Amino acid sequence: METQATFKIWRTHPGGDGTFQTFKTTVTEGMVVLDVVHKIQAEQAPDLAVRWNCKAGKCGSCSAEINGNPRLMCMTRMNELDTWEQITVEPMRTFPPIKDLVTDVSWNFRVKKGIKKFKPRPADQPDGTWRVAQRDVDRVQEFRKCIECFLCQDVCHVLREHNKHDEFIGPRFLVYAANLEMNPIDSDDRIPDLKEQHGIGYCNITKCCTKVCPEHIHITDNAIIPLKERVVSRYYDPVTRILRMFK
Amino acid sequence: MEVVPVTIGSRGFASTSRRDWWWVTPLAIFIGLSSFVGYSTWAAFQNAHYAFGPYLSPFYAPEIWGDSPHAWFGPKPGFIPDWVPFSPALLILPFPALFRFTCYYYRGAYYKSFWLDPPACAVGEPRTGYRGEQSFPLVMQNIHRYFMWIAVIFLLLLSYDVWLALWFPAPGGGETFGIGVGTIVLAVNVVLLSCYTLGCHVMRHIVGGSYDEVSKHPVCDRAYACSTALNYKHQLFAWCSLFSVGFADIYIRLCSMGIWTDLRLL
Ligand code: SF4
Ligand code: SF4
Ligand code: FES
Ligand code: FES
Repeated sequence: METQATFKIWRTHPGGDGTFQTFKTTVTEGMVVLDVVHKIQAEQAPDLAVRWNCKAGKCGSCSAEINGNPRLMCMTRMNELDTWEQITVEPMRTFPPIKDLVTDVSWNFRVKKGIKKFKPRPADQPDGTWRVAQRDVDRVQEFRKCIECFLCQDVCHVLREHNKHDEFIGPRFLVYAANLEMNPIDSDDRIPDLKEQHGIGYCNITKCCTKVCPEHIHITDNAIIPLKERVVSRYYDPVTRILRMFK
Repeated sequence: MEVVPVTIGSRGFASTSRRDWWWVTPLAIFIGLSSFVGYSTWAAFQNAHYAFGPYLSPFYAPEIWGDSPHAWFGPKPGFIPDWVPFSPALLILPFPALFRFTCYYYRGAYYKSFWLDPPACAVGEPRTGYRGEQSFPLVMQNIHRYFMWIAVIFLLLLSYDVWLALWFPAPGGGETFGIGVGTIVLAVNVVLLSCYTLGCHVMRHIVGGSYDEVSKHPVCDRAYACSTALNYKHQLFAWCSLFSVGFADIYIRLCSMGIWTDLRLL
């Protein structure tokens, strides 16, 4: 069944600013927003820039804001949206625009470089391997589902509204740090960095990152809050500080 | 790491391209929490109708000094001047109140609903300055773990109150075992409060979350699994236990005022 739909898509101008351009098109059953954007590109706006790769919700390239909600275009089915209304598609607001729906997310890769790398403890076995219980691995396995779509970075108000890109690494990299910090065989200590350079205290646990994560990672509950608790034990809790002195 | 964010339209307060009813949840939370704070403050200042038979309202438990038979040390002591408003609830209520105030779930909820930081996800904020919990004053929220320990003590005391709520005055003097609707109300309240407190993020951290290999500590391993299971429903238990504690007070208050009749089931 074909339906008429009106899309308002953000187009950048050479000066760097932008405006919405309206497109009318037909959508058919089973289409996702990325299909519609491609259809518009093919039929009406060949210069429309959009980044995508897998169309399966696994590469994390097609992040955008659909009707104001940060989402993957390839995982947003048209039948979830109301075609009676205009559908807006905008680039992620938290990152600098390149063209149309494409933003420059390279800040994220620079941030990642600033996080201490995985440093395994000495091997448990003579053959150079480790023995780890499955459930201890399961805990960090959740964080490894991240596809680096950066939707959580986009929605996080610390970055989006307050532009604390210099002081706060954002939910994606708190997940990354949690993955390393809670890894059973990692031996490095990232707690001082998390408190100071990574600015974990800026997170006010409002959970928008968790809500938008297409991989359903419990970003706030399983990564950020446990890390915050480790920071509290290290720096703010006098009792654990005294106990550590006796250890 | 300088970043020039995309600027689309105005980015002032409440600016958003969202068209769903994003304001409904924060508004509902605002109304829910304000009503509870309003009612509990009013109830705490009443200093009346907080006990009925073997039941003691959780707002007034433990009753350290007070006029009901539940008081540990009898009536209000002389050293509290008359001009100071007195009620047994005022002595103890700050502890559970601060436990909830510093709870991770409530923090996230009231930062949104009361402080609009942010009003909802991807919605513009009223203020540009932001320090979060990185520095004073909100860094003080990290005191939550101490209030959690106090909350655990309160749980034990409230459980003891449920035990006391099983012993009704016998017609010929003494006490007889029984179960009233009030007993059930108090027991359900303790169960919900336990689910809330034992699923606290601090509890989860302390019982095992702080280890990278919790499986190597068998007791912690079990405790961590239980706390984690409750933690997944922390928001639900935060609301259910808030409701149950308020309802337990209302129930006992209305029974004591003679408006409701407490049914004896056993
Ligand atoms: S929970 Fe923290 S990291 Fe996640 S969106 Fe909110 S402030 Fe940002
Ligand atoms: S944590 Fe989730 S939302 Fe954030 S980058 Fe990874 S997959 Fe995307
Ligand atoms: S195109 Fe790969 S996630 Fe959408
Ligand atoms: S986090 Fe909610 S009670 Fe501790």
